Parts: sequence; structure tokens; C-alpha cells
Amino acid sequence: MSIEGRFHARLGSFQLAVELALPSRGVTALFGESGAGKTSVLRAIAGLDFHPGSQLSVNADVWQDEGVFLPPHKRPVGVVFQEASLFPHLDVRGNIDYARKRAGAGQGAVDLERAIETLGLAALMSRSVDVLSGGERQRVAIARALAVGPRLLLMDEPLSSLDAARKSEILPYLEALVREVEIPVIYVSHSLDEVARLADHLVYLENGAVAGAGPVGEVLTAPDLPLARGSQAEALFEATAGGYDERYALNLLDFPGGVFVVPGERLAANSKVRLRVAARDVSLTLSPHSETSILNVFPAKVESLNPSGRAQAVVRLDVGGETMLAHLTQKSVESLALAPGMAVFAQVKSVAVLA
Amino acid sequence: MISAGDITALGVTLKLAAVSTAVLLVLGIPLAWWLARSRWRFKFLLEALLALPLVLPPTVLGFYLLIALGPDGPVGALTTALGGSTLAFTFGGLVIGSVVYSLPFVVQPLQNAFSAIGNRPLEAAATLRASPLDRFFTVALPMARPGIITAAVLGFAHTIGEFGVVLMIGGNIAGQTRVASIAVYDHVENLDYVNAHWLSAGLLVLSFVLLVVVYAMNRRVRVMPA
Repeated sequence: MSIEGRFHARLGSFQLAVELALPSRGVTALFGESGAGKTSVLRAIAGLDFHPGSQLSVNADVWQDEGVFLPPHKRPVGVVFQEASLFPHLDVRGNIDYARKRAGAGQGAVDLERAIETLGLAALMSRSVDVLSGGERQRVAIARALAVGPRLLLMDEPLSSLDAARKSEILPYLEALVREVEIPVIYVSHSLDEVARLADHLVYLENGAVAGAGPVGEVLTAPDLPLARGSQAEALFEATAGGYDERYALNLLDFPGGVFVVPGERLAANSKVRLRVAARDVSLTLSPHSETSILNVFPAKVESLNPSGRAQAVVRLDVGGETMLAHLTQKSVESLALAPGMAVFAQVKSVAVLA
Repeated sequence: MISAGDITALGVTLKLAAVSTAVLLVLGIPLAWWLARSRWRFKFLLEALLALPLVLPPTVLGFYLLIALGPDGPVGALTTALGGSTLAFTFGGLVIGSVVYSLPFVVQPLQNAFSAIGNRPLEAAATLRASPLDRFFTVALPMARPGIITAAVLGFAHTIGEFGVVLMIGGNIAGQTRVASIAVYDHVENLDYVNAHWLSAGLLVLSFVLLVVVYAMNRRVRVMPA
């Protein structure tokens, strides 16, 4: 069960040569700079563009191969475009029903009523689409894409045309939704924040080719990719809410490397959360400081050291089997005499709880 | 008072306009759709050809139509070979003339309306399992509705106002090919200004009422897109 594609195309001066093998469950992010070929890949999967000589099979069904090309209206996909692209001559219900009427065999693949509820659309159903806000329009577009009963949901930067306020309005809906639907989602984005929140798998595209692919935590911290070197570099941890310190309003979140102590409202016991630790918020010491303001200190092992420019270095750490990144200066690397295999303590200055 | 003959002429005008508009839409909509979507390299040749009636004097157009529809012309030869008569000086001939003459007035607004829809709504419909024909009827046509109304109005109005082409191929047969514009011309030729006044005023009021109705409808279309 998987999605396998090979896409080759020359679009002007841009060369697309992408090979994909995506898991058929969870959210896969296609991530990269503008012009890396993310949207081209998504359009090819949807069948909206035909690139001769390309191949695509989804769960053993051949969608494109030598002499085979399933047109877009015969592919069981749902597509959410950058702009909502709602039909202006239909109201909200009309737009969703347009898809529902054509769902055919795919009907029931997604619990539509539940999705409408999750997306907060129940009250908007009889509105005309041109009175909706940008965020509402995009939520309708998502519901419409689900209403057609897709076996694969494709989303092309669904938040990029929205301002920051609309984005933060719709992101919680999206997070809830992708966890609810039981179909694979391919999510195109150039926002590391959206990827960190939503993705289980990550395909990193660069100049029309795949530069790295795998579980999101691995790709984000891969030493040979620019992701780990950028100023936004980060590591993700799946943790479980273990306990709560009432007195200081601190959540105790268990992960394989230890316990993260994170201030905030009490999380439901045993709820799964995703934590984000930015590489610039991690510092290293050789001994566990007992006198420090930092709550989160974990024993770690240096895995690799990669210089990043003259001043900086990216240190990959093994924390209980999980990977953490630290951005240090070259000077600190030398003064601590860091080397692969060395035992150190990672001090984490701040942790973000994503979901 | 307006004469019975002139009422008949008005009736012929309205019938001609209605039939021509229907034929123009049936031909013009697929043609405009193709022009709006096609990336054919030599599309501009067809576009120039379609725009010819805008430029040519109606008498030139009428002259060529007369030749084509006559017994020695290609269309006339075809209709006589099929056991019919030639179309020159018949209502059918007038419809053909009107359609050719008004085609650019119908095709251009339609083509603009279809182009304005853009690719995205049609792509969205394709990903919602709509076949190409389904997309045309459920997305392209409804979204182009204001353009279709404009095209129909222009086609209808242009046919009512037609004179030169009818003069060349109509034959001025009462009840069949004698349209109001020709009747007004005849009245003036005969210095019958009273009847010329009645018929002209009738045509003026009729045209104005038609346009008012259409513009009022069109306004409602824009205010209530759902």
C-alpha cells in the first residue's frame, strides 16, 4: 500500500525529475522553496498536467504509465487549491453538493457530516460564497474536496493566500481534520510551521528533485539537508502527557529521552502531543548543571558536527534514541572539545507544544 | 394608426430576430468556447474571418450571400440538389444572412465571458469528478451567464436593426421576408411619412422595452449571483 510516482517534465527552463514513494497513510508534506516543483508534482498526481513518460500508481492502481493516463475526473482525489476556487454561481451548500452528487463509489470514504462540523461550516451552509471571508472560503473548499469521497487528499498551500490571522483561524481546523480523516493527505507547503504541525512524513524538494524524504523528524534534522542548517532548524518530539504540577502550572510530558517540563494549561492525561524544539534554543554543557534556570536538561550523545559557515556549527544529538539539533558557535564547539560519540547534557531553553 | 401590413412586417422582424438569436447561440456558444480554450496556432485566422461582418458594408456581405444562396451558388446548388428550392428571397435565406451578419456580435461577448472564467474553476470541477461535458454545462455555462445574456441581446438587437443584408437577399415579400426596416424605407421612398412615423415609433418603443427588460434582468443576475 503506497503511492509511487516518477515525474519527468521540462517546463521552460525548469526541469522536473521527481521520484516518490509515499506511505499511503498519514500526512505527507511536500516542502521546499518557491519554484522547487511542489505544485507541479501535486498537479501531476491530480492529473491536471500531463507529463509524457511519467508514472504514477496509487495502492497498486495505475494512474499513469506508458499508454495509460487517467484523466483528473476519474482519479479518486480531492484537491484543495491555493485559492478556494469555489463556484461563484452556487452557495456553500451548492458547492459541497456539487461534489457530493458526483462522489459515486467513493461516497462514505470520509465522514462528511463530521468534517463539516469539524470545519465549523454548519452555520454557513446557505450563505452565498462571495460574502465569506478568506478563511471561510478555504474551509468550504476543504469540505468540498472531502465531499467527493476521495481516497487521497491533495492540498496545495491551502493557507498561503490567507493573512496571519486567517491562517491561525483555520490551522486548528486543519490539524483536527487531518487527524480525523482516514485517507492519506499530501500537503504542499513552504511553511516550516505548517509542516511541523501537520506532517508525519516529509519530502524535501529542491530545484525540481527530491533532496530528502522520510519521517518528518528525520528529514528536519538530516545533516545533509539545508533544513538542519537554516535559522528555523528544529526537531520534533512525540510526547505523552504524564502529569501536572499544579503549583507551578507545569505539564510533565514523557518522551523516550526523558520528561519535558512545559508551562501551560493542564493537558488531558495520556494525550499525545507534538513538541517542537528549535536548534537555536538548545545549548550544551559537559555536566548536568544543578543551578540553572533551565528546566529541561537531558543527557545526550553527540552524533555529528557540521560546520555551517565560519562561525556556526550544527550539532546533531541522540537523546534517548530521538534526534535533537543544537546550533552552537564554532568557538563553543572547540572550547568544549565536542566530538562525535561524546556524552553531553542538552539544555533546552524553550519548547513549543504543537497539538 | 399603424397599418396591418406594417404589423406583419414587425412580426417578421421579431420572428427573424428570435430565430436568428436562437441559431446564433446554438452555433456561437460552442464556437466561442472553442475559441476561448483552444491553443491552436492559427486561431487568429478564424478570429479575423469571424470579425469580417463588423468591417464589411452589409451590401457586400449581402451580395456574396445572394450569389452563394442563388441557384448557381454552392449553398443554392446544395439545397436544390436536396430537392428544395434556393434560399434567396426566402425567410430561411434571411436567417442565414442574419446569422452571418450578427455572428461577431454574439461570438465576441461569449468568447470574452468564457475566457474570463479562467482555468481554475474548471480544474476544480475536474477534481470533483465532473467530466468535460459536465464541466461545460455545470460550470462554464452558468459562470458565463451575463456574457450569454449580453450576446443574446446584441444578436437580437442587431438583427432587428439589420437593413443592408436583407435588402440584398430578402426580396421584400410581404409576410415572408418583408421586415420592418425595409417597410420604413419603402414608406419614405413613397413619401408616406405618416406610416413611416408609426412604424418607426413602433420599432423604437419595441426595441427600448426589450432592452429595458434585458438590462433589468441582467442587473438582478449580478446582484444575486446564487
